[in-house]
Amino acid sequence: MSVDFRTNEEPEALGGFAQPAAPTSHRLTRGQLVRRRFFRNRGAVIGLVVIGLLVLLALFGSYLLPWQYDQRDLGQYYKPPSGRHLFGTTQAGFDVLARTVRGLGKSLVIGFMVAVIQTTLAALIGSSAAYIGGWYEKAWLWVIDLMLVLPSFFLIAVVSQGGPKGTYAWLLLVVLLAAFGWQLSARVVRSLSMSVKEREYVAAARFMGLSTPRLLVRHIVPNIASMLIVDVCLGVGYAILGEAGLSYFGYGVQAPDTSLGTLIAEGAQSTTIAPWIFLAPAGVLVLLVMSVNALGDGLRDALDPSSMSGGQA
Amino acid sequence: MVRYLLLRVANYAVLLFIAVSLAWVLAQTQLHPRQLFEVRTPPLDPRSIENILRAANVSDQVPLWDRYVTWLRGVFLHWDWGTSPGGGAVGDEIGRRIWVSFRLVTIGWLLGTVLGVALGAWSAVRQYRISDRVVTAIVLILVATPSYVTGEVTKMVATAVNKQVGFQLFLFLGEKSTGTLPGYPLAGLVDRVQHMVLPTLVLTLLGLAGLQRLQRSLMLDALGSDFVRTARAKGLRENRAVMKHALRTALIPTGTYFAFQAATLFVGATYTERIFAFQGMGIYGVDTIATQNINGIVAVTAFGGLCYLVGAILADLMVAFLDPRVRLS
Repeated sequence: MSVDFRTNEEPEALGGFAQPAAPTSHRLTRGQLVRRRFFRNRGAVIGLVVIGLLVLLALFGSYLLPWQYDQRDLGQYYKPPSGRHLFGTTQAGFDVLARTVRGLGKSLVIGFMVAVIQTTLAALIGSSAAYIGGWYEKAWLWVIDLMLVLPSFFLIAVVSQGGPKGTYAWLLLVVLLAAFGWQLSARVVRSLSMSVKEREYVAAARFMGLSTPRLLVRHIVPNIASMLIVDVCLGVGYAILGEAGLSYFGYGVQAPDTSLGTLIAEGAQSTTIAPWIFLAPAGVLVLLVMSVNALGDGLRDALDPSSMSGGQA
Repeated sequence: MVRYLLLRVANYAVLLFIAVSLAWVLAQTQLHPRQLFEVRTPPLDPRSIENILRAANVSDQVPLWDRYVTWLRGVFLHWDWGTSPGGGAVGDEIGRRIWVSFRLVTIGWLLGTVLGVALGAWSAVRQYRISDRVVTAIVLILVATPSYVTGEVTKMVATAVNKQVGFQLFLFLGEKSTGTLPGYPLAGLVDRVQHMVLPTLVLTLLGLAGLQRLQRSLMLDALGSDFVRTARAKGLRENRAVMKHALRTALIPTGTYFAFQAATLFVGATYTERIFAFQGMGIYGVDTIATQNINGIVAVTAFGGLCYLVGAILADLMVAFLDPRVRLS
């Protein structure tokens, strides 16, 4: 594979020597480069489109769909999919599509919140551990080990079993999922930050008297931003699956709230007589997680300059 | 080497002790076994409720520290992990369930590993051909599908097949039938196999999906490496270069993954246990929380933590064993 130096993002690296003139092509910015590499990946683009559609559906579904999630169609019990109810009805005559869309909304909100919180935690803890070092670093590494040893599923279930119930109980779930989700990413952030912290500009910033928190946020974290973006994206998938798994056993989102997990658990009760109640939320869950994974993989390949799968820019 | 290992084990023992203590505090403060007895009709005498709770060392009227000391004494002096609020010994229950989990997961895990590695290596060699694309697409779906969805779908398909063939070809409630078995020879074995097929299939698919992805990317790296190219340039046959040079190197990280998984499997099959009604370890953890069984969930957590650490040590040993570049001493 030939390497095109005109696309190199750091022309200064050539030490100020005049570069070979390239009259026929212009230099690409990093943004353009990443965008080209990303849009060449068909799976990732499809994933992005599907996520966009699902988010729109979750946001505006209640205005577009003929039935509301809490609206009964009396007499229409356990009806298979038809023109009247696209995904059929439940035992009590609720529209499966409307309920799936509502569950999807909650799953998406939880997924995004957890992913953003846990990646933020990972970035702050991982980079500060690498930069400060010493006992501070040892202590965090030890905490990470400690939390990895514990089976998080059971602990989250214990807390959510004993924790508060009600409308905002799902926020506790978000906190718990994030609290047990940042450890592996923090390790990766730490090892990436180790090399960044040796750079000259970090030393320069330090000697100019920049405070440690500011130095981390301004000079270290931006340099690992591509890893963090991918981490958020893949984190959404893990969080949605984690929430659904807990809800499947009744330890996640509590009634009257619904998520894809609670709907799947509900549908699993009647797979023999009314499989559509199970298949609709399960299908949407798989579709969503697949799209998020494809998007994350695509972003990684596009952002990682050493990756070959993005092709040449 | 031995010194290094001993240090690691000692470090892990301390880590595990603190982790389980934290889990103990969490369970004692978050679960409320008193509720179980207060809702009984006819109502129980508050004093007898207190006695039952104290007998299990889960009364919230005893100071937390005293309960902790009692629990520690039981575990370290008598290897007694306490009782459930109903009175059954937690240790016995776990001892029984470990083997249920073991019987459930072993075959599926081995099959999943072997097939995953084989498929991963095969699709790497055939990168971007139709066969690679098909395998990769199927694996993408499998990776995004949680085990309870795979399990339920398998059950639905099996029910349809049973209806088609007109008799119960696949069975999916527990490890074996409870009634009397038909009279033909080896009926007991056949019955067990009928029960095992579906959960094994689900576990195989799960294991296969993760490993195929891992092995494919490792194998692609190995195939692109200089030593494989050198081997080919020196005239080695394609097959031999792939098998002896690329696959061997690419198997090292898989080996550690395999060793790590071996230990963590016991508590990892919770959903499969629920769907196919196996009374294993994972489902015990879920049930103990629902039934406010503090000692039970602490013991399950301890067991899970122990499995994790044994897995970590096995993974270390596996690297040292497989990779000549690693020297521990």
